[in-house]
Amino acid sequence: MTFLIQQTLIYAIPLMIVALAGVFAERSGIINLALEGIMIFGAFIGVLFINIVQQTEFFEAAKAADNYLALQGLELLAMLAAAVMGAIFSLLLSFASVNLRADQTIGGTALNLMAPALVLFLIRIIANQNTLQMASGDAASWFMIKKAMFGYGRTDEMGFLGSTFVDKTYLATYICILLFIILSIILYKTRFGLRLRACGENPQAADSLGINVYKMRYAGTTISGALAGMGGFVYALTTSNCMATGDVAGYGFLALAVMIFGNWKPLNIAGASLLFGMFKCIASSYTSISIGGVFLFANLGLPAHFYRMLPYLITLIVLAFTSKNSRAPKAEGIPYDKGKR
Amino acid sequence: MKERLGEIYRRDGTRTVLSSILSILIGLALGGIIVLIVGLVSDNISGKSTWDGIRLVALGILSTGRDAAGNLSFGFNPTNVGNMLFRATPLIMTGLSVAVAYKTGLFNIGAPGQYLMGTMASLMLALGIPSETVPPTIIWIIAFLGGMAAGALWGAIPGFVKAYLNINEVLASIMTNWIAANVVTWAFEASNFKNLVEGTKSGYVYRTEYNNVVTPKLGLDEIFPSSQVNAGILIAIVIAILMYILMSKTTLGYQLKACGSNRHAARYAGIKDKRNIVLSMAIAGALAGGGAALYYLSGNTEFYWQTYQSLPDTGFNGIPVALLAACNPIGVIFTGIFMSMLDIAGTQLTALTPFNEYITDVVIAAIVYLSAFSLVIKMFISGGRKRKKARAAAPEDRPVPPPEEAKAEKGGEAK
Repeated sequence: MTFLIQQTLIYAIPLMIVALAGVFAERSGIINLALEGIMIFGAFIGVLFINIVQQTEFFEAAKAADNYLALQGLELLAMLAAAVMGAIFSLLLSFASVNLRADQTIGGTALNLMAPALVLFLIRIIANQNTLQMASGDAASWFMIKKAMFGYGRTDEMGFLGSTFVDKTYLATYICILLFIILSIILYKTRFGLRLRACGENPQAADSLGINVYKMRYAGTTISGALAGMGGFVYALTTSNCMATGDVAGYGFLALAVMIFGNWKPLNIAGASLLFGMFKCIASSYTSISIGGVFLFANLGLPAHFYRMLPYLITLIVLAFTSKNSRAPKAEGIPYDKGKR
Repeated sequence: MKERLGEIYRRDGTRTVLSSILSILIGLALGGIIVLIVGLVSDNISGKSTWDGIRLVALGILSTGRDAAGNLSFGFNPTNVGNMLFRATPLIMTGLSVAVAYKTGLFNIGAPGQYLMGTMASLMLALGIPSETVPPTIIWIIAFLGGMAAGALWGAIPGFVKAYLNINEVLASIMTNWIAANVVTWAFEASNFKNLVEGTKSGYVYRTEYNNVVTPKLGLDEIFPSSQVNAGILIAIVIAILMYILMSKTTLGYQLKACGSNRHAARYAGIKDKRNIVLSMAIAGALAGGGAALYYLSGNTEFYWQTYQSLPDTGFNGIPVALLAACNPIGVIFTGIFMSMLDIAGTQLTALTPFNEYITDVVIAAIVYLSAFSLVIKMFISGGRKRKKARAAAPEDRPVPPPEEAKAEKGGEAK
């Protein structure tokens, strides 16, 4: 059970945060198809940052002294770097779709093509192979929160809550949850959020009330880029062994799916990504999941391929029942033209 | 009056082509600039190889390797050109798939899944039907049609759920893509088509030549010796022309496009909008599946069947091919060939310089990005005052790839 919850969180959190990234862009009226590309770019920047940091003396000293605060701080800095670069990368999309009124689908596709190409080109030159790894050892060993940090010994038990939500988890996971909550509140309970959503529903009306639609759309897409970049790094950190490979296994697109699945609403998105994350977790390690000591999934004797297909099948089936009510922001995908009524 | 209208049309057409060529030039320039920057920053890469890299980005297709003195030599390389045409075949088909769907208002991101299902069906038919009893030509035709049918079926699913259940087709396509990746792996794992003859290889399916099913070469291999080219490219071109006729000259094409521009207006006009959405996704799927069939039925291409973790690039590359051609089926022929030309240039770059093939993907991405605002570029070309500005600004971009050569080559390639 502990394993199931931990793994589900690990799969669900990047999805959740990147889906929220999609919400911010789409609620402001820009279809951000580039989530996948920005994730790839963010993952690369974060891993590169750690790769460089690990070669500094500061890191050596902190690691030798088991200075957890400094090490976790480095993790946060890497997240920040990924977010900043993700935001900068997303400016390409905002520039094309806000200033030049370009087709947003094409602009997003271009970014999706650009990110893996650029990242792989650079990785190949930096590392002489197709994956960029940490400079030394594995990330998990110093990024994970461990019971040792709280004075527990190797054999001490932390209890169910402790071993599920504290031991061997990542700080990044909780930062993401916190950010998710804060940003959802901003989107619904502040003036800025209301204005942003107005620009995605009826930009003309928003403009007539003195809201700068262009600025709002830039803001939405930039927040989106920052979140997606960070989400990409979190994915690389928790799910793919802290390697940048110019690929996030379609997570950006899945996040897009989760966003539509969640009907562009944060709470639904959180639920949708947890559901998806759980099935993803079952798919990847169904043989070793025990619920109350029973290896349920392994005992069913179904082939692995079936479980791997399950998250996608379930999503389609659930959607078939729920999508009648699905409603996209009205003005998404339509370039704002002041002259139009 | 008619003549004048024709003239305006022609002018607009030329402007579209001009803006595409401009996008291509800027894209190539960007590729050159990135190579230059990386060459300057990196200590391991000498100035000479940087210069070689820049030249190969633009002229890779004409590369004939290095001469005795170690300098790059350029000239007509029939093997490269033949391989370019061979690799263009599936790209043209997936490009058509995306283009046709786009014309009908649907974004077919499901081409990879349809491509995979087409691969599975055509390979299973081509390897499964005994060639002792059935003539190989018949098997080839059955397998090709089977591939198209499988793709059509897979494409129809997102169309169906879009039309009847209001599920966004992009979302449904993403799901069906990954389902296809798993179905294909599952099916081949259970099958007895896994290549066990060549013990060094694992995870590959038999080549169809084991069952004597080979796409005829029609003498193309004599024009382009020692390349993989075959009649598939001709079939792809014919299909592209057929799609052009279907979309712009028939009632069905008109109905499909009408549903794309405004579904409700189309229904008001008596067009069955739901049926047409399913149909246009099915056509798109058939094209992608057919592309896979043409590629894998060539006889000597291998399919790596443990594909559940990744989707085929050829499917996704259909998107830039279609967008660069402004979703015109005839244009797709040229952009498909252009993309595979860049692909070849990439392999040359990897083989001959310290750089690698991914730079050509950067070039493609830049071109697609520029094509997103082709309207602005078109205005840029036609506007009088802006034109002067463009001229003043242009020289800044130019010094990197030799613009004269690039232009000459593009003149032959893209148009």
